[in-house]
Amino acid sequence: MSILVDKNTRVVVQGITGREGSFHTSQMIEYGTNIVAGVTPGKGGGEIHGVPVYDTVEQAVQERDANCSIIFVPAPFAGDAILEAAYSGIELIVTITEGIPVHDMLKVCKIIDSMGVTLIGPNCPGVITPEEVKVGIMPGYIFKKGPVGVVSRSGTLTYQIVDELTQREIGQSTCIGIGGDPIIGTNFIEILEKFENDEETEAVVLIGEIGGSDEENAAKFIQKEMSKPVVAFIAGITAPPEKRMGHAGAIISRGKGDAKSKIAALTDAGIKVGKTPGEVGDLVERLF
Amino acid sequence: MKLHEYEAKKIFKDAGIPVPDGKVVFSSSEAKKFAESCGKSLVAKAQVKVGGRGKAGGIKFPENPEETGKVTSELLRMKIKGEAVEAVLLEERVDINKELYLGFVVDRGSKNIVCIVSSMGGVDIEEVAKSHPDKVSRIYVDPRIGLMDFQLRNLFLKIGLESDIMRQAISIAKKLYNVFVSFDSELCEINPLVVTGDRKLIAADAVLNIDDNALFRHLEFEKVDDSPEYRARKAGLSYVELDGDIGIIGNGAGLVMATLDLVHFSGGEPANFCDVGGGARADRISLALNLILEKKGIKAILINIFGGITRCDEVAKGLIDAFEQLQLDLNKIPIVVRLAGTNREEGLKILSKLNLITVDTMEEAAKKVVIEARR
Repeated sequence: MSILVDKNTRVVVQGITGREGSFHTSQMIEYGTNIVAGVTPGKGGGEIHGVPVYDTVEQAVQERDANCSIIFVPAPFAGDAILEAAYSGIELIVTITEGIPVHDMLKVCKIIDSMGVTLIGPNCPGVITPEEVKVGIMPGYIFKKGPVGVVSRSGTLTYQIVDELTQREIGQSTCIGIGGDPIIGTNFIEILEKFENDEETEAVVLIGEIGGSDEENAAKFIQKEMSKPVVAFIAGITAPPEKRMGHAGAIISRGKGDAKSKIAALTDAGIKVGKTPGEVGDLVERLF
Repeated sequence: MKLHEYEAKKIFKDAGIPVPDGKVVFSSSEAKKFAESCGKSLVAKAQVKVGGRGKAGGIKFPENPEETGKVTSELLRMKIKGEAVEAVLLEERVDINKELYLGFVVDRGSKNIVCIVSSMGGVDIEEVAKSHPDKVSRIYVDPRIGLMDFQLRNLFLKIGLESDIMRQAISIAKKLYNVFVSFDSELCEINPLVVTGDRKLIAADAVLNIDDNALFRHLEFEKVDDSPEYRARKAGLSYVELDGDIGIIGNGAGLVMATLDLVHFSGGEPANFCDVGGGARADRISLALNLILEKKGIKAILINIFGGITRCDEVAKGLIDAFEQLQLDLNKIPIVVRLAGTNREEGLKILSKLNLITVDTMEEAAKKVVIEARR
């Protein structure tokens, strides 16, 4: 078992003919992902890496039975692309695109939530169930199948921590980048709940950063609702207030969202917080 | 992106929200001239984007045109919390009977727009929410429907507005909501929203922050400048200047933040945050090094790359090119490099031509760069 994606996931790539979309399609196919279709408006009828290209997601769903979408569409058009996927009957939408306006995402999230569709991202590396399926842009070879679920707001920092796990021979059940934006489709709690209910997952690593209060909410949820151990890491102890640290969502705003209070909230809830990526690896190793 | 008060007030005024009559000035002579022509008692407000301007002496009440010119030139020489004052807003003084608060903000947790009002305006709303929670009232606005009248009636009734004031407040709130949405704002507030002696509402201050991700829809705010932040952004980098003396470069926002933290834990202080993003091409690395070296007093530099889809040998070639372009003296400013992930060995082989300090882990890299900086 795993969460969100498995062997039955049939993926359509929105924005498949773009540089990123095309490159990562080939990478995903190499990893074993079942890419059934691609969509680029105006380019329907063609083929790329052996994948048929359609003009609309609706066609991709009708012709190829796609049930999951990964989006590489540029930011100004990405809100439209997400809703196109949702209205076409896609159940899981993974949005890689960075830079989507907040007001677009506010509307998109309201509609997505009311439809019962799952949105991961935007501004995220995607989802991977190691040695099975990758719906994302992460380097597949650093992952290893195993019992640890990973959920993160970051990209390369996740790779760093996964690498620490894999080097210690600790594999992962599923790894999810939920995204670095202020408004994202799926927050920590929803993923933690899935890990709690997943038979294959025995422990969880949560990687947070400054900005918002998602880590604080996660801390409460873990304390109340989770039986599986969680190890956390929070980036941004040295971040100054009111400055965006790379991610649109990584900002300490009006005295809220700093790393220290997040670490305190997690620690108070009995969750071990690693000071360095290496320490996270050590803490997880001790669990097994 | 945060707008200046005078820029926000112009937008508010165009939207039909009452604001005091006034003029933004950039020199003392301009100030004096305006004071003479308007003939009213004025307030002079330094235009800075940091909070706490009043306490820092950034608001003055000159009594005549002569004095208006004088305080303007004083304000224009000021720095408030490190920010130089480049403009002064002169406005007619408002007859204050009571101060309210009205604001819209994006609430990340609930993914909603929140409208916040308070009967205690003129002070920090976060403080009021803590000290007098009963004086603050808020509602969620569904962005698909917009702000409804009934919501505003409920909201303003809770903070005890009388009907004549409430009518005006509802009208202003609806206009402010339109500004909030049409300008892709993350935060938009009037603090204080003043009730005057003759029971009229007027926006005495104005805050309007625009979502950086939405600037492509608001090109009028795209300001070209030569700040490192701006030049970095134009080249696809993300750069934030900090107070320390150790330059930091990495790929990925989270990884760079974690690198800064490790340097701090090892006893050093980072000079900057710099994310070169995916690809980490030579031109980006060379710009990143340039931005860092422009800052005075840099003692050492740490480059932390986790090669994923980006291959370490490509990054290493980028570094070689960048060093050749820059002709760096590595004895003066030592550079510690940590490569991990895809094609690490090939990358290290390429880098062995240079006199760099290479280490295996992030933790070692942080310790090493602090030692080098303290040498």
